[in-house]
Parts: sequence; structure tokens; C-alpha cells
Amino acid sequence: MAIADDVLVIGGGIAGATAALAAAEEGVDVRLVTHKQSTLRNASGLIDVLGYTHEGEGPIVDPFERLEELPKGHPYERVGTEAVRDALSFFDEVAGDAYAGDHTDSNALVPTHGGTVKPTARYPISTAAGLASVAEDTLLVGFETLTDFEAPLAAAHLEAAGAPFSARGVTLRFPGIVRDDAKLTRYAHLLDHEEPVSTGSGERSARQALAATVRPHLEGESRVGFPALLGDEHAAEVRADLAESLGVDVFEVPMGPPSLPGMRLEDLLYGALEDAGVRVTSGVPVVDYETDDGAIDHVLVDRHGQEIPHEASQYVLATGGLVGKGVRSERERVFEPIFDCYVPHADDRYDWFVDDVFGEQPYARFGVVPDRELRPLDVDEEPEFSNLRAAGAVLGGYDYAAEKSGAGVSLATGYVAGGRAGTEASR
Amino acid sequence: MAYDTEVLVLGGGSTGCGIARDLAMRGLEVTLVERGNLTDGTTGRMHGLLHSGGRYAVSDQASAVECIEENEILRDIAGHCVEMTGGLFVQRPEDDDDYFREKLEGCRDCDIPAKVLSGREAREVEPYLAKDVKRAIQVPDGAIDPFRLCVANAIDAERHGARIETHAEVVDLLREGDDIHGVTVRHDSGPGKRTHKTPGTTEDITAEYVVNATGAWAGQIGAMADLDVEVRPSKGVMTIMNVRQVDTVINRCRPKGDADIIVPHETTAILGTTDEEVSDPDDYPEERWEVDMMIDTLSELVPILEEARTIRSFWGVRPLYEPPGRGTKDPTDITRDFFLLDHEDRDGVSGMSSIVGGKFTTYRAMAEEISNHVCEQLGVRASCATAEEALPGSENLAVLEEGMDDFGLRSPVARRSKQRLGSRSQEVLGTDEPNPVICQCEGVTRAEIQDAISQSGSDLNAVRIRTRASMGNCQGGFCCANMANELHPEYDEETTREALDELFQERWKGERHALWGEQLSQAMLNYALHATTMNRDNDPASRTGGVDYGAFDSGDSSARTPSQRRSGGD
Ligand SMILES: Cc1cc2nc3c(=O)[nH]c(=O)nc-3n(C[C@H](O)[C@H](O)[C@H](O)COP(=O)(O)OP(=O)(O)OC[C@H]3O[C@@H](n4cnc5c(N)ncnc54)[C@H](O)[C@@H]3O)c2cc1C
Ligand SMILES: Cc1cc2nc3c(=O)[nH]c(=O)nc-3n(C[C@H](O)[C@H](O)[C@H](O)COP(=O)(O)OP(=O)(O)OC[C@H]3O[C@@H](n4cnc5c(N)ncnc54)[C@H](O)[C@@H]3O)c2cc1C
Repeated sequence: MAIADDVLVIGGGIAGATAALAAAEEGVDVRLVTHKQSTLRNASGLIDVLGYTHEGEGPIVDPFERLEELPKGHPYERVGTEAVRDALSFFDEVAGDAYAGDHTDSNALVPTHGGTVKPTARYPISTAAGLASVAEDTLLVGFETLTDFEAPLAAAHLEAAGAPFSARGVTLRFPGIVRDDAKLTRYAHLLDHEEPVSTGSGERSARQALAATVRPHLEGESRVGFPALLGDEHAAEVRADLAESLGVDVFEVPMGPPSLPGMRLEDLLYGALEDAGVRVTSGVPVVDYETDDGAIDHVLVDRHGQEIPHEASQYVLATGGLVGKGVRSERERVFEPIFDCYVPHADDRYDWFVDDVFGEQPYARFGVVPDRELRPLDVDEEPEFSNLRAAGAVLGGYDYAAEKSGAGVSLATGYVAGGRAGTEASR
Repeated sequence: MAYDTEVLVLGGGSTGCGIARDLAMRGLEVTLVERGNLTDGTTGRMHGLLHSGGRYAVSDQASAVECIEENEILRDIAGHCVEMTGGLFVQRPEDDDDYFREKLEGCRDCDIPAKVLSGREAREVEPYLAKDVKRAIQVPDGAIDPFRLCVANAIDAERHGARIETHAEVVDLLREGDDIHGVTVRHDSGPGKRTHKTPGTTEDITAEYVVNATGAWAGQIGAMADLDVEVRPSKGVMTIMNVRQVDTVINRCRPKGDADIIVPHETTAILGTTDEEVSDPDDYPEERWEVDMMIDTLSELVPILEEARTIRSFWGVRPLYEPPGRGTKDPTDITRDFFLLDHEDRDGVSGMSSIVGGKFTTYRAMAEEISNHVCEQLGVRASCATAEEALPGSENLAVLEEGMDDFGLRSPVARRSKQRLGSRSQEVLGTDEPNPVICQCEGVTRAEIQDAISQSGSDLNAVRIRTRASMGNCQGGFCCANMANELHPEYDEETTREALDELFQERWKGERHALWGEQLSQAMLNYALHATTMNRDNDPASRTGGVDYGAFDSGDSSARTPSQRRSGGD
């Protein structure tokens, strides 16, 4: 017998997880099937809503004021501004104390590891003390063995970016790290577990040793920023201990992959899925489907070479974009690999890009075209299937990298698609 | 008249660098000027085949003989730039038997070691060859790193007292009557190592003799003194795959044709090429059909290429030369031989020769011949030693390899670093400082990057060609910024930012030709890393008009942070 649920969500990134949670709110049975690691492993864990208009104007102070200007077909235009607000409140509920930013509609400016600042709507609590929009002198600490954060350079860059405080950077040796190519998670693990490390003055716990290494470099700054490696499971304690021993605020600067704040967000979402009773099957892809009268009857999940049917009355496609592999391409075409939903693109692949690397890149907008119910439309603008909705980066028509809207779109569309699917399924 | 230098070499490709080394070793005072980085011309945009001569064994046996001779010499003097992969000329069922026989005989005539393999034997050597290949001829082709080789020539020239000026473009030839006695160059950022943001300067450099080794640009230089140098630039594409589908050079065994060769290089395999005449070596179309043809045609030999991931494509222009009056139509028919044009004999203008045509593999022999000519002109009697003296990095390579330690590096990183650095490994990697990996794809460590920076200043493309950093699968998406970090604090924030932007744009240029499948996904990931995580596309430091920081979220005052509480501030 086939596995059967009310709602089946395909893809377990921020969009899929949100969709599953929103569907579960409607009191229906929800299953989430996901293949590989989501984009959150790469992403910084910030929840951007809108940092720049589609014409590149910004940084925007209040994203909600500017959503209305977005062009027709943009995912935010499809769901409407109220839904974006609702989705953020939903996220705030789920995230609880782990995230900040919900006290205001205004974007925060968060320092990036390259030393620029980025507008974002919600930020992990670990970054909260570091906002560049707060005028407090800042010491950035980098480590000799960590090549993607050069603290003195980032500090100089922040000043060049006009940040309203003075910033200084130092590069130190991380106590307890003996290998030059230690993984980021090794640093976090040392701090999480208070491992004993040997220092010039004998053996100490990892947090104390780190604080002792940093302390002599403080010159009256009221906050210290570290690359995002301050613990994983016990991140809050690690920060609190460091802040206590240093007598200043401590924050993290979001980093590239592997991104601990991204992975912490993933853990948080999966914890919520479990609490909500969503069944999660991971490590397996959906590979095919069967229809019945214009609706999806069931999909096939490849479990180690066996194609197992999974049935539901409503489906949400949240397989990500080019990075998550919900959108794929070959030399001649761009496509959505499971249902072959229509993905508009130029015939000639030389029209998929422009020459300026940061120009208006057509490829960044590749994805399926939804109606206001978020049902993917075919080339004739008819829904591909009556019971399929799409959410997150698999949607086209927006460039999250330029706009700084990635997680926001995934949340808003996941919330709407999941909620609608749940409502329909409960009928 | 007192000259600034005895010999002035124009152009920092393999030809120019080879000449500079040769003459400097003979004790002459040499200055070399190059408008971009070393290898910015054709040398940095070629296939990297160390010819066995097999490709010319039927059509041009004189070249074939020269190739096998130089092939053997380069293995000796530049071992750290060469990988002796071996090569195959593969015959498919539809390819002509007579030609196969001629190729084999040609190789034997030219003393190129050649052995016939059956289809099955060929597939034992290269398992991904098509099932139906008929047979193959095995020859000593190899892969050669043009960047490392050129840089090694330049370093050795400097050790022998030469002055090497990169980012120094020749803007005029100094001609008085019928004599050329120097050039005017424009230094991009003043003489010496390039530093971004340093204002440019111009300089007249006078010389007893000028050698124009600007390859496909030789005509432009000639025109500065009203001399006609009839170069016929011809472009060719090369497409880089993400892995080495083959470990041997694979040639198609048929008369000249496009898309007939695959050269394994480091972690990649490079497909090539086309041959199309262009009018301007700096501005010609890079076309989709060329890339498609590489994949489609070479898949006939190695079918998995059809599905494989390409990481970028690039083009180069051959500096083909045709003596006046021959009128060959098809550029593939123009000889690959090189020509030494003495403008005194040819045009009655003394003080300069131009050198055009030729091949990378034979650069040393070309340089020797030209250096002989220059010595003759200057009345110097000194003989060439470049065939015997190893290049820096290749001295005592065999002895060193045995005794070398791993410098605390993971084994694949250590192995690859040592291959790149050769006998310079100890000098570069033997550091007490932490030495983490900066470029994961190519296994390049901080010490190697720092060594390159000390040679070439803030120019990250120059660092790239010396180390291969940012040339792997991610095409710099992950490591460009880390490379730039290494410039600081020697170079300030603004310089570092500009150097990063320049490298990132350069990487994108070639990647655009590989934008489908995995590489398009990679491009999106790279774009997101730089634009989303770092917000480099909207960096307030690079944009005009400040940001009103005060208008943004200033933190949640109900969740006071400890230090604010302490100071009681609001
Ligand atoms: C480097 C980087 C940095 C970023 N930084 C930020 C940031 O700072 N702030 C921000 O707001 N946004 C950021 N983003 C954007 C944001 O992370 C993404 O837009 C968002 O995570 C996309 O979420 P998603 O759920 O739609 O897709 P994904 O997270 O890509 O998830 C898709 C999931 O579907 C699975 N899947 C795919 N195909 C199948 C199949 N056939 N069967 C089953 N499962 C399948 C995948 O394995 C994956 O787990 C960043 C993105 C990147 C790449
Ligand atoms: C597609 C292709 C594939 C090839 N494959 C191979 C191969 O596999 N094996 C092989 O042996 N050969 C190969 N060749 C041939 C080989 O690359 C060239 O013959 C060789 O690199 C030419 O070197 P060069 O120094 O003469 O010219 P270049 O390398 O072009 O050097 C000339 C230099 O002059 C500089 N210059 C130009 N104008 C000025 C100015 N105004 N002032 C100062 N400097 C200036 C340029 O920037 C350039 O660096 C290939 C060629 C092509 C096009």
C-alpha cells in the first residue's frame, strides 16, 4: 500500500519547513520528503525580506513600505504584503528567542565577513550585539588559521563603508586549535564542550582561554565580534561566558559555508517540525509522479533504487532554485526536474547571463511561474496541476541575491503555500 | 649615446621571457616590458600541450623534429612545469587507414617514439575512450604549465640582472631616421611591482637593440614605426572540464580539424580547439558554437564528455605569420613555423627585429635563434646555455623529491604544492607560521600565495597564474575573497577591494561560457556568496552616497545588552 498523507511537502529548506509547519497548523497529516542538505548550510542564517528594490535602490530602511512597488509576478506581489507580515510573525513565533529584529519594521544593518554591511529583517540573536546601525566602538577578532575572515581588513572596510563607530581588528591564534586546516565545527566544538586547552599559563577551559587571548587587545571597545563559530549546541552559553569574562558584548559575524548560524536555523526548524508532528523523510529524492484528471495522484520517491509511491491530496514543491537543485539546466534548456513545470528562459544560453558579474543576471531569476495561489502555471498560464503549489527558491521572477530577499520569500511563500494546502486538504 | 639597456624585449609571453633569459644568461643587459601580466597574451591562453611532434609528423616534419628535441630538453630543464602524460593518436572506424599509416611513418622518420595500440589496449590506457575506437599510436606528448614556465624564465632572467616590467605598455617606438633606439612605455602604476591605485607614469627606455616579441600584436608595434608586420591572428577556443576524464593527451588521428585534442591538466582536462582568422587580437567574438563543437565532436572519442561538467572556456589568438605574397586562405594551412624579421634587411630600418609565429613547445629554440641574431648585431660572442641550465624550481628535482618533507600539510595539498613549486618548495613552504589552505579546489596554501604576492604585488590575477588559486571547480567563488585577505595589511583596504573586484570579474569572464548544469548552479552559489552573504554588489564603501545608519534598526531596547545596562545609556 502506498504511503498516504494529507499534505506532502517536497524539499526541506526554509520554504519546505515553513510550508509543512503552516500546513500542520490546519490539523492535517503532513509529510516532508527531502533529498540533500538545504541551502541553509551555505546561507548566513539572516532572514532578509527586502534590502534593495528591484531597481537596485537601497539599502531600504522599511521593507514593508516598498513591497508594493515590486513588479507583477514577483513572489511578494503574488502573495501580497499582509501575507509577508503574517509569515514573519509566524517565523517569530517558531524562532522565539533565537532571533531578533521583530521589535521594528526597519531593517538592521549587519556587518558581513567581508566588512560590508547588509540590510536584513531578522537576525540570529548571536549577531544582535554587532549591528552596524548601532554606534558602538567595535573590536573584531580573527584567527590566523581561519582564512575567510581577516579582521583588521574587515574593520577597515566597515569604516570605509561609513559605519558610525570606530572599528579595529586583530588576528590571534585560537587556543586549542593545533591544525592549520581544522574545520570550523572543530572550533565550535571546543567552545561548546569547554574542552581543556593548554595555554602559556597552564591548562584552561576553551572559553576562558579564548577570553584570555582576546582581553589584552581590548582598548575600550564595548563589543567584540568573532567569526560565527561561537559554539553550536550551546552557543548562547558560550557567548554569555565570553561576554562575562571580557566585560563587553560579544557577537558573531555571519560567514560563508559551512555556516553555523544557517545550520542552527535548520536545527531549529527541524525541532519545530518534530513538535508539530510532521513526518520527515530525508536523504531521498522525489523522482517522478502520476496524475489523475489534472491532479497529482502520487509521487515516486527513490529509496535506494526502489521507487516508492507517496500519496497526498495536496503537494508543495519547495525544492529550491539552482543551488538546491529544484531548478536544473542543460546546454539547451532550463527545467524543473520533478514535474517539468514551465520555467521561462531564453533559447540561447548566451542570453542567460550578462557580462557584468553583478549585473541584472537573467539566470538568477530562473524558476517556475506561480499564480496568486502559488500554483505553478504552464506556458498558457493555466495551473500545471490543481493540487500543486510551489514555494521558495524554486519560484522564478526575483533575484534574491541582488534584492536581499532570499529567506523572506521562502518564508512568505512557504507560509502561504503550506497554509492553503492544509486548508484544502482539510476540506 | 648612452642607452638605458642593451637589449629591450617587447612582450612577456613565452617568446619574450625565453629571449630575456637567454640574453641575460649570456651576460647582456636586458629589459623586458609587457603591457599586462606575464602570459597575458597567447601564452596564457593556449592548450598547454607539450608537443611530441606527432601532430606535425605528416604535415610539417621540420617542426615535428624540433618539437621532439625541445620536448626532451624541457623535461630536463623545466621538470616542475611538465607532466609527462603520454599521448595517443586515436583512430575511429570512420577515420582513414592511410592517414594512420602516414602518421606512424612520419613519427618514425622524425625519431618520435611511437607505438601502435589495438582498440582494446588503448582503452586499457584510457578507459573512457569510445568502445568502437579502432586503434591508436602512443607518443610522448605531455602537459605543460605555461604560467609557471614563463614566470620561471622571468625569475631566472632577473637573477641574471634583467629588469622585468609588467603592466608597462609600449605606446610608441622611438625612431630617428632609419634607426629605432627604444620605446615609450606607459606604466599602469609606476615602475616596479603593480599596486592598484598608484598613478600611472610614462617612461622612455632606450636600447641598443629592440626585439619585438609581441606575438599577435607584433603588427601593432610595427605600425608605430611605420613598419608592416603581416601577422594573421587566428583564434582558438579551449573548454575546461571539472575533472580529468583522461590522463593521457588524446588526439584524433585524422588530418587537421577542429575539436581534435584533449589535454589533461592538473585537476582538469582541456578540450580544443578551433582556428578562425580574426582582425583584432584584442576584440573578437567568443562564440557558442565553438564551445558546443568541442563537446559534441570530442564526445565521439570520449563519450562521457557529453554529460560532464565544464567549468569555463577561454580563447587565444595564434600569432600566425605569412610572408608577403603567399595568400593562403585557410588559416589552418598557414605554417606553424616562426619567422625572424630583421627590419634592417627587410625595411632598411635598423635597431629592431620582430619575431612572429611559432609554438610554445619550441619557445626555447626560438629564443636561442633570436638571441644569436641579437648577439651578432651587437658583436657579442657568448653562447647559449638555456638547454643545459635548469629553470628555477627545477634544479635537482629528482634528488629533492626523495628527501622532501610535507611541511605539515595534508598529503594531497603537499603533493600538489611541491609539484607546483619544485625545488623552491623548501624556500616557500618551510614556514613556522600557520599555513592554512586558501584555495581548496587547487590545494594552495597561504605560504604559496604570499610568495606570489611578494613577486607580483597587489595583482591577484598575477597571483592566480603563479599558484592556480581560483582556477578550480568553484572558479574563485569560495576563495577569491580569501586571496584578497592575504594582501592585507601590506596593501590597504581600498587596494585590496579593487584587487578582489578585478579577480572576481576575470573569473566570471570565462565561466560565462560554461553556464549550464552544475556550473550554472555553482555560478548562482558564487553570486549568492558575494552578493547575499557579503553584499559586495551594494558595498557602501564602493558606492557614492552614504548610508544613513541612524535610520536603521538600532537594537531592541527592551532586551538590553549587558554593556548598555552597565553604562545605563539609552
Ligand atoms: C550562499 C548563500 C547565502 C545566502 N544568504 C542569505 C542570507 O544571508 N539571507 C537570506 O535571507 N537569504 C540568503 N540566501 C538565500 C536563501 O538561503 C535561499 O533563498 C533559501 O534558503 C532557499 O530556501 P528553499 O527552501 O526555497 O530552498 P533550499 O534551501 O535550496 O531547499 C531545497 C531542498 O529541496 C531538496 N530537494 C531538491 N530536489 C529534491 C527532490 N527531487 N526530492 C526531494 N528533495 C529535493 C534539496 O535537497 C534541499 O534540501 C543565501 C543563499 C545562498 C546560496
Ligand atoms: C588556441 C591555441 C592553442 C595553442 N596550443 C598550443 C599548444 O598546445 N602547444 C604549443 O606548443 N603551442 C600552442 N599554441 C601556440 C602558442 O600558444 C604560441 O605560439 C605562443 O604562446 C606564443 O607566444 P609569444 O610569446 O610569441 O606570444 P604572446 O604570449 O602573445 O606574447 C606577446 C605578449 O606581448 C604583449 N603585448 C602586446 N602588445 C604590447 C604592447 N603594446 N606593449 C607591451 N606588451 C605588449 C602581450 O600582452 C603578450 O603578453 C597555441 C595557440 C593557440 C592560439
